[in-house]
Amino acid sequence: MTETLNAGSSRAMLEAVSRFVIERTDMLTDADLAIGDGDHGIGMRRGFEAALSALETQSVDTPESAFKVVGTAILSNTGGAAGAVFGTLFRAGSKAFAGKDAIDGDGFAAFLESGLEAVIKRGGVTEGQKTMIDAIGPAARAARGNVGKGLSAVVASAAEASLSGVEATRDMIATTGKARSLGERSLGHPDPGAISISLILKAMQEFTATA
Amino acid sequence: MANPKKILNDPKKVVPEMIEGLVAANDGRLYKLDNLPALIRTDIPDGKVALLIGGGSGHEPLFHGFVGKNMGDGAACGQVFAAPSPDVIYEAAKAVNRGKGVLFLYGNYAGDNMNFDMATEMLEDDGIDVRTVRVTDDVAAAPPERTHDRRGIAGDIYMIKIAGGASAELDSLYEVERVARKAIANIRSMGVAVAAGSIPETGKLTFELAEDEIEIGMGAHGEAGIARQKMKPADAVADELMEKILTDLPFRKGDEVALLINNLGATTMMEMLIVNRRIRQILEREGIKVHRTDIGTWLTVQEMAGFSVTLMKLDDELKHYLDMPAESLGYSRM
Repeated sequence: MTETLNAGSSRAMLEAVSRFVIERTDMLTDADLAIGDGDHGIGMRRGFEAALSALETQSVDTPESAFKVVGTAILSNTGGAAGAVFGTLFRAGSKAFAGKDAIDGDGFAAFLESGLEAVIKRGGVTEGQKTMIDAIGPAARAARGNVGKGLSAVVASAAEASLSGVEATRDMIATTGKARSLGERSLGHPDPGAISISLILKAMQEFTATA
Repeated sequence: MANPKKILNDPKKVVPEMIEGLVAANDGRLYKLDNLPALIRTDIPDGKVALLIGGGSGHEPLFHGFVGKNMGDGAACGQVFAAPSPDVIYEAAKAVNRGKGVLFLYGNYAGDNMNFDMATEMLEDDGIDVRTVRVTDDVAAAPPERTHDRRGIAGDIYMIKIAGGASAELDSLYEVERVARKAIANIRSMGVAVAAGSIPETGKLTFELAEDEIEIGMGAHGEAGIARQKMKPADAVADELMEKILTDLPFRKGDEVALLINNLGATTMMEMLIVNRRIRQILEREGIKVHRTDIGTWLTVQEMAGFSVTLMKLDDELKHYLDMPAESLGYSRM
């Protein structure tokens, strides 16, 4: 169990997250082909490949800088809506760690909360529109509700809640993004962006459970 | 379904290799920014209001094929079907700016909107004046009371032509923006797809359409349209598109229009001319005069087959900018 993440372990966790998402490119492509144009998988791969390379080459002396490096790499290299919102999640979320040497349960909940707020502002979306925030929202609330139990429990609760969020997007009709035009034809399919959030949190859960 | 045949090298490198070829095809009239997928005219006049266009790649010649004299001053290129990132847009905007500010012109998609808005915030921090006009011509995408939810499709071409002309002649960013806003208020388009296109890197078709099916109103990335129907004759397809387009603005007896028929990639000129024949019959019946016709391949979706129809209602000012000469790889006129 890992109950705090310093700069070095933040970097190691984000590298694990990047590899985890990259390995699931085809799964994300297939999920996106069902309701979008099928570029979500390769977009996420581009972003997290850039994140991996940035984590290897750039100086990371705080948890904040590790998350910001990842966000900036995703923002600059992914493109599309995914680059904007996933880049914003990590960049804006990193501000929750400002001035801190390590991430604890409270810090992780604050990361999800500030990331969520920034993505909502950038995308002009609310929960229930079948987007990635339908996974972040429940994750942030679960994390906050479990803050007293320590980092690994907080991350695990966020990961589990995000999966429920992904399932809930099956019953939502997309009202934003390229899937919007599908209307009721989007029913039954989970949102690919929400799936990516659940993958990111799953990788964080595995890292904090074992490291 | 079998993956489409494509003449490529490494599918991961389609965008940089396409850009290299595009720069070469312009014979020195534009250059590429170092390490960034953005193309800039080499001869932007001093003191000109700048026009920056951009969007996902894979729709060539849109957008980056429309950089040139009296067209876009520069283009920010994204990956295939994905908006460019804020830093590409930011650097491209700085490269085209001649002190009079920059008009951003692009199709209305969530990814483009967010990335261009982030770049706008960065440029405003630098004291560079930026205005934005989004192309929202696809009548299939949302009802008339929600034009802000409509996608940009082949209306992009007339928008670049009009804004390109206006930015070459008018002295202020706000005047150029005014003309561009007038143009989009008067442009309506709708398309039909008969076969899907693919994303080179995945090799997969973006949607599935049965052998005997067409989709009316399909978007430029395979977004669902209004209805999936059985294959039908060209005249019946043209009738359905024109009915939606004409009643949307609406276009009325006595109006003068420009007509653009855009090939989505794999449709033949013969088919489009047959469609044009029917469209002209309809416009004549409705008492609408055609000032000029453009039939060609401008906004493609890889090997998607189908076409779209665009009408722009003209006044003297729009006619003036439409008729100006223009020089670019994708659209030129004397």
